[in-house]
Amino acid sequence: MRNALFWIFSVAAVAGAAGVVLNFKNPINSALNLVVSMLALAGLYIVLEAQFVGLIQVMVYAGAIVVLFLFVIMLLNLRGSGAPNAETHPWMKASGIVLVAISAWLLLALLGTGRAPWPDVDPSYGTTRAIGEALYSDYVLSVQVAGVLLLAGILAAVVLAKKRVD
Amino acid sequence: MGDISPFHFQAVAAVIFAIGVLGVLTRRNMIVMFMCIELMLNAANLSLVAFSREIGDDQGQIFAFMVMVVAAVEVAVGLAIIISLVRNRDTVNIDDATQMKW
Repeated sequence: MRNALFWIFSVAAVAGAAGVVLNFKNPINSALNLVVSMLALAGLYIVLEAQFVGLIQVMVYAGAIVVLFLFVIMLLNLRGSGAPNAETHPWMKASGIVLVAISAWLLLALLGTGRAPWPDVDPSYGTTRAIGEALYSDYVLSVQVAGVLLLAGILAAVVLAKKRVD
Repeated sequence: MGDISPFHFQAVAAVIFAIGVLGVLTRRNMIVMFMCIELMLNAANLSLVAFSREIGDDQGQIFAFMVMVVAAVEVAVGLAIIISLVRNRDTVNIDDATQMKW
């Protein structure tokens, strides 16, 4: 069961990621492939018994971030103009080949190592209760800083996207 | 194939991260490049959560949660920058945005 879910979700995540990069026609297609990848990653988190992170992934990424992307793409009415530009960047093909080679080597090395099959953890691992208790006790300063950062982000987005009125 | 372990998730994270880097390097559409940055952040998150599962400690998940907060802020600010750039230049091609080239 766990093996099957892992393979299904990881294939979906990688296919969605490849779809983001390989769609040259319309950025909307890339955004929709991004949704597939994000939802598959949420599934992988749940296979890893990290329920809280999985649900946040669905809400924040698949829900908010991709909708923001779609909103901007539709607002700006963009089409095409995103194909790779090999003439101006001749080193990109070479860097891509090197990158794929390194990741393939890493993949083989990782899958070749004999690791402990599936470690047992505490039943409370990854539950919203456990994460919430940790966030509001040991990591309360991080939560405060995150709040300030979100406020700064809101202000920055408004100031940057505002139309000049002068 | 054998039974999976949390370490298999590291391999998936590595592949997704590589795809993201490849996208940033080759695509010229700013919005798609931005999506590829999101892919890389997600690959890092998957790696953190998988290591967290492997050692059975919640800390990696809290780190992943903070990465998500930063990613949300980054998307809001980045898309605002793209909007103002399109308003001024009428293009999303990264090669046309060279005002800050020295």
